[in-house]
Amino acid sequence: MSTPMMQAHGLTRSFVIRAGMFAPKRTLHAVNGVDLAINKGDVLGIVGESGCGKSTLARMLLGLTPPSSGSITLDGRDIRELGRRPLARRVQPVFQDPYSSLNPRRGIASIVALPLEVHGIGTPRERRSKSIEILERVGLPPRYADNTPGQLSGGQRQRVAIARALVMNPGIVICDEPTSALDVSVQAQILNLLLDLRREFGLTYVFISHNLAVVEHIATQVAVMYLGQVVEQADTAVLFRQPRHPYTQALLASVLTPEPGLGIPDTGLGLAFPDPLNPPAGCAFHPRCAQRIAPCNTIVPPLVESPLGKVACHLHPAAPVPAAAPTPAPSSPLSLPDTPQ
Amino acid sequence: MSETVLDVQGLSVDIATPRGTLHAVRDVSFQVRRGETLCIVGESGCGKSITSLAIMSLLPQTARRTARRLAFLDEDLASASGRRINALRGNRMAMIFQEPMTALNPAYTIGDQLMEPYLHHKKAGRADARERAIELLGKVGIASAAERLGQYPHQLSGGLRQRVMIAMALMCGPELLIADEPSTALDVTIQAQILRLLADLQQELGIAMVLITHDLGVVARIAHRVTVMYAGEVVEEGAAERLFGAPRHPYTRGLLSCIPIPGRTERGGQLGTIRGVVPSLIGEPFQGCGFRDRCDFAREACQRTVPLHESGDHRWRCVLDGLPT
Amino acid sequence: MTSATASSGTVAASLPAPPGLLRRIWRNKAVIVGFGLLLLILLMAIFAPWLAPHDPYHQDLTNRTVPPFWHDGGTWIHPLGTDPLGRDYLSRLLYGARISLLIGGAVAVISGFIGTTMGMLAGYFGGKTDMVVSFMITTRLSMPVILVALATVALLGGSLWVVIMVLGLLKWDRFAVVMRSATQQVRSLDYVAAAQAAGASTPRVLLGEVLPNVLPHLVVVVTLEAASAILLEAALSFLGLGVQPPLPSWGLMISEAKSYMFFSFWLIAIPGTLLALLIFSINLAGDGLRDLFSPEGRA
Repeated sequence: MSTPMMQAHGLTRSFVIRAGMFAPKRTLHAVNGVDLAINKGDVLGIVGESGCGKSTLARMLLGLTPPSSGSITLDGRDIRELGRRPLARRVQPVFQDPYSSLNPRRGIASIVALPLEVHGIGTPRERRSKSIEILERVGLPPRYADNTPGQLSGGQRQRVAIARALVMNPGIVICDEPTSALDVSVQAQILNLLLDLRREFGLTYVFISHNLAVVEHIATQVAVMYLGQVVEQADTAVLFRQPRHPYTQALLASVLTPEPGLGIPDTGLGLAFPDPLNPPAGCAFHPRCAQRIAPCNTIVPPLVESPLGKVACHLHPAAPVPAAAPTPAPSSPLSLPDTPQ
Repeated sequence: MSETVLDVQGLSVDIATPRGTLHAVRDVSFQVRRGETLCIVGESGCGKSITSLAIMSLLPQTARRTARRLAFLDEDLASASGRRINALRGNRMAMIFQEPMTALNPAYTIGDQLMEPYLHHKKAGRADARERAIELLGKVGIASAAERLGQYPHQLSGGLRQRVMIAMALMCGPELLIADEPSTALDVTIQAQILRLLADLQQELGIAMVLITHDLGVVARIAHRVTVMYAGEVVEEGAAERLFGAPRHPYTRGLLSCIPIPGRTERGGQLGTIRGVVPSLIGEPFQGCGFRDRCDFAREACQRTVPLHESGDHRWRCVLDGLPT
Repeated sequence: MTSATASSGTVAASLPAPPGLLRRIWRNKAVIVGFGLLLLILLMAIFAPWLAPHDPYHQDLTNRTVPPFWHDGGTWIHPLGTDPLGRDYLSRLLYGARISLLIGGAVAVISGFIGTTMGMLAGYFGGKTDMVVSFMITTRLSMPVILVALATVALLGGSLWVVIMVLGLLKWDRFAVVMRSATQQVRSLDYVAAAQAAGASTPRVLLGEVLPNVLPHLVVVVTLEAASAILLEAALSFLGLGVQPPLPSWGLMISEAKSYMFFSFWLIAIPGTLLALLIFSINLAGDGLRDLFSPEGRA
């Protein structure tokens, strides 16, 4: 197994919030200890709902927000050492909102050429022609080159955003909800485009989304985040077939596929709502968990690795380390409840 | 066959814009019966939200509504006076909107906002209204209802606010509930809860519900009947099972092929797409089928008036009498 | 590659463009009238040496307080009459336009530069920078401009440049406030993040991505502050603490005419009207500009 292309170690990001000049300070742990490994050619899907920290994580991976603690390495080098520009050449974003991710005062070709301009690559003419070339590759013919974003539809704008991300041939593209703001038919086009481009350019994606059906379609690996932490991570097929963490199970159960007659599932989550400023003790998910057991409200479950993937849940504790001591009784509470099929 | 609660026939809405007249809704017809959920589904710009506003007489000043028939039970909404509409709205016809963050007034307590329609329409006393508010908060699953009454919207999460919106809509016991993207702005897990709540309430109270959404997954799970809108028109309408199982209109079929289904669509494969863009509805009234530039089966006849086919209670507007499989 | 190219091949023309800029300008009466008047006054000022029939400083004590041509006793030699020192009124008015426009322009530029820089830095960086700038704005807002101007002028002596410097260094607050909030709005948009992610340095982001998008707000404030500066100078000159005689500032002319108000009404009415017209045209133009920029400036 070669070194992962990009890695995050113990990443945290906290914000100090103060309600007013005299109110007490409170800390928001937007990202609370995340480890990730992204291998070349992967599509790492990151799923979670609002407040889980996925967007903050994306910004840290892009170098836009410095972590409060922990580190991110690219090909083994810490990105803080690497520098802003070298990082930008390797890692590029595609954002969610096609209406705010393009400068309304610039022409399309100029927007796409900006990264080249910033890095001083080529002459203005060369930059423009490269820009037009890549716009064509994403499905926008040259006659759009001098249009402003206001003259394009949402899907077209998102194509421009993708072109801009690819113009410097980065290795990794961080997609933060790239299709969430688009109509279904346009979403399909953009997803097809992303898959094509990945094959053609050998790209690696980090694909953040709350739409599990889309993630299942495009991702090779999925990490599930809740209140700033990764609660489960596995290969896509494994995660969707056998979700282990109760939150993952609830998320999957909430996916409403267009199959009539199946009704609306009961996620079993109850009404308790997590307050990121005041997270529950122990496992952050336990107040909403229908399967909680004794340690859940006091002890934070560690992220445990197994052939099935990683999961942070007391229901799936680490396997006991084989020792010279007599074999444990078969009904030991520490035996793994699930065995690979 | 239960009673028809909402009867819409030939509804059209034109909106004046600086660039000309926008024919936002064109000759739309559908019915909703008691205890039935009709989903109006379509992508952005298809006219579904305007349709709901037209029914509730909440259109902007620049809009003009015409209809062959627009009736709520035996009330003719098209010719009703402003006073009559006001007496019906919030009372027997209720609406919930997409953004629970902004649909509740931040300056008033939940209790005040809940009681307001009841006090106004039922001419009831505060004690009665309060009791009803507590009852409904309980019905939408909110515990410690009495305390909640004194809270302000900003103290509640999005999911809770939407539940309050639903409770508010139900205060006067409406017979028709129109929900415009009620779960779109919410997290996925909360969305499922809210939809379940709506479905349960509808069953229990026998309300006629119109649910507007762009999400076909929502439609499949909650609708009895589905109306698919495209470019201001109804292109297909029918029972949910039949529509999803065997869609008759190329747009419906195209739309269904775009959606990845875990376990069904090939992972990493190409999703179906619909080429082209929605035609402009501004200016001269559009002739023929609005989908023809994007349709794989388009032919010359699509430029002229498109016939309406019927097969049982399944209707579609197309020159084709069903799609080749 | 069916999806990408097929959709590109049949992608219809992009969304209809909003009506062209020129057409919208033409339809916006406020801009037309406002800028029209402004242009007129500007031309008056620029071509004063050619338009003025006499030297504005030349005193002719034999021809004092001659009424304008429409009164009896008026002549065409001095179309708008003369002032109490025999100076041709029309010439003084024309040259006075220069002073007003110079004041308005210079103060707008100086205070605009100071305020915009402060506001943009505060809006972009937030945190401590914002705290410092906000504190400075609050302090500045608690100072009554006229009193400070009066005190400074009293100390340093009134002159055109003192007035310009004083007003320029005092009137940056609205710029700072408006540009700060405009920058904050733009700051949170994804295209700024995209530029940063592309490796752009902070100056490049500020000047290339943020500034062009907050410009509409700047333009509107510039017009308002220019008008306000002109009025302030007139007030200061009226009080004798602005521009000093014999400079033909309109404010000064009004001041000099106040004792003759009931006898030679035109002495005070004409510069007063012109001043009002100038302020009116600037405000109108600013209004119109705001309308022009709003529908277009959708981020």
